[in-house]
Amino acid sequence: MENNVISMKHIRKLYYIGKPNELEILKGIDLNVKNGEFLAVVGASGSGKSTLMNIIGALDRPTEGEYQLDGCDIRSLSDKDLSRIRNQKIGFIFQTFNLIAKTTALKNVELPMLYQGIGRKERRERALELLRMVKMEDRADHHPNELSGGQKQRVAIARAMANQPDILLADEPTGALDSKSGRMVMDLFHSLHEEQKKTIVFITHSRELAEETQRTVTIKDGQIIREERRDGLGSLGEYRTGCEWASGQ
Amino acid sequence: MDLWENIALAVNGLLANKMRAVLTMLGIIIGIGSVIAIVTVGNSMTIAFAESMKEMGTNKIMVSVQEKNSNYEEGTGIFQEPQAEDLVTDEMIRQFSARYADTLESVSLMESVGSGKAQLGDKTVNVDIKGVNADYAKAEDKELLYGRFITPRDIEGKKYLAVVSESLASELFRGKSPIGEEIFVKVNNDVISFTIAGVYKKAAYMGGYIDTYVSGKDVPTDLFIPLSVAQKLKQKQGGYLSFSIVTKAGTDQNDFTEKTKSFFQPYYAKNESFGIYVENMQSFIKEMNNMNNTMTLAISAIAGISLLVGGIGVMNIMLVSITERTREIGTRKALGAQNWAIRLQFIVESIFICLIGGGIGILLGLGGGALGAKALGYPAAPSVGAVLAAVIFSMAIGVFFGYYPANKAAKMDPIDALRYE
Repeated sequence: MENNVISMKHIRKLYYIGKPNELEILKGIDLNVKNGEFLAVVGASGSGKSTLMNIIGALDRPTEGEYQLDGCDIRSLSDKDLSRIRNQKIGFIFQTFNLIAKTTALKNVELPMLYQGIGRKERRERALELLRMVKMEDRADHHPNELSGGQKQRVAIARAMANQPDILLADEPTGALDSKSGRMVMDLFHSLHEEQKKTIVFITHSRELAEETQRTVTIKDGQIIREERRDGLGSLGEYRTGCEWASGQ
Repeated sequence: MDLWENIALAVNGLLANKMRAVLTMLGIIIGIGSVIAIVTVGNSMTIAFAESMKEMGTNKIMVSVQEKNSNYEEGTGIFQEPQAEDLVTDEMIRQFSARYADTLESVSLMESVGSGKAQLGDKTVNVDIKGVNADYAKAEDKELLYGRFITPRDIEGKKYLAVVSESLASELFRGKSPIGEEIFVKVNNDVISFTIAGVYKKAAYMGGYIDTYVSGKDVPTDLFIPLSVAQKLKQKQGGYLSFSIVTKAGTDQNDFTEKTKSFFQPYYAKNESFGIYVENMQSFIKEMNNMNNTMTLAISAIAGISLLVGGIGVMNIMLVSITERTREIGTRKALGAQNWAIRLQFIVESIFICLIGGGIGILLGLGGGALGAKALGYPAAPSVGAVLAAVIFSMAIGVFFGYYPANKAAKMDPIDALRYE
């Protein structure tokens, strides 16, 4: 139990509560993710997987249920605490990249460090190093509209890694890419998982890509309907307990 | 969060939409520009006015006989012609001069004979003939170029002497020395001959523009003759409608104004129609300053309205910008930006728009104001205070009108923002 970086108990998410068009998107999700695990969440569109990702990523709060992220009960955290968790604990990767358009690849990678308050020089050095890691260092001064989809996603991954988060949260990261670029991005995830021991939650509707991970959970109509385990889970390290994100504000 | 990063972001944002940025700034540019222009012109006028006040002398007190309860300004009263018994007499002035001999530098008396023409050969020049006492030159700051001014002896001896202006001398004598020469003056259907005793330098008019626009020949200049001669010409025994006093340096002007008033008031206690009015330069300057302040206030009100409109324009464009950049805001929040960081980003952008607009407005206003002052004939004097106030004010507009949009951005729900198409 203390090995779980993500621990969800009976999570429900409802919209338009109390109105005639009340909508139940998540209908009681139980999900634990171990530290260092590579998990795929598979589901058709409208299955609730994006809502689940928003809750996992501390962008949204569940209507009901208990969610422990990095040992913190999400209900006990303020908006400010959640910002700090998103900034330092989680790296987001989106299907549509969401790079800031009017600035360079380098500045995009620097952004999370900027919000953490890291100084200019260190920010620049670290951003260049991350771009090197994703083999984009020669495009550091390019604007996003000068990059291909695959290149954009590599910059986005570098940005997600900026504050050395424990968890990478990827929402259909290959969904907008051709198969070759998609392959490259998947390989990058594998190396981040194996070499840097990142916990990766990978949301996709591609069963084929999901096969490459250690475990796949399938969501349908807001419920987990299937769970497949593959290999390597036994080798995960111990995980500390206790919440370090609550500022009490 | 780095302030420089925010400024760089704001610059990027503005450069990406140059036309929009310029149009947005236009309101601020026009508002700030017109204020700076008007204040520059006003300031130039004030300084030019103060200069000419200094020339006239600040130790001057003017005494005049005016109608009591005068209400002819409203058009209801009947204007009365002052009679001989209403005027200030030589005797009153003699007593006044004797009582305040320690304080008085000079008492200048003047009797206007009328306007006429000075003639030499076939050349004529327009003149205003004024009979004056010896103190007049001192009180009015007349500077002599050649010869001498009217002396008490000239007055006593009723000598037909004249002190003429520089322009008259050059017009009639063309470089020859006029001193001791005779000219004929045609006034009130009489032709009288005067011997020229001196030439005075014409003091610049306030701003000096009269000289520039009207040819010197047509503008009548003062031709001074002894007071006694003027009185003889007008068949009068003295008596003045007004005169001026110059006090010795260090005299309390307001105090002496009161003393002068109380000296002359008893003479007019029983006069139902006329009374004595005493005014000093300081009260005149104060009045001018009051007028100036009223003008400044009116301008500020107009400027306030135009800046309000400009500010609303800025707020409008900030709201548009935030809507356009909803996904960016969502992304920033997902990457860990706290609300204050988003708020700061957009407030800095708004301040930046207003500051750039204000800066352009200041430059245009200074240029326009300088041109305006020049056109009116004053040396341009930009007001540093107004420029500083403009900078601070445009920043304040940026904060005030940027706050609502910035706060709206800061409070966006990150999920909705990320999902925004």
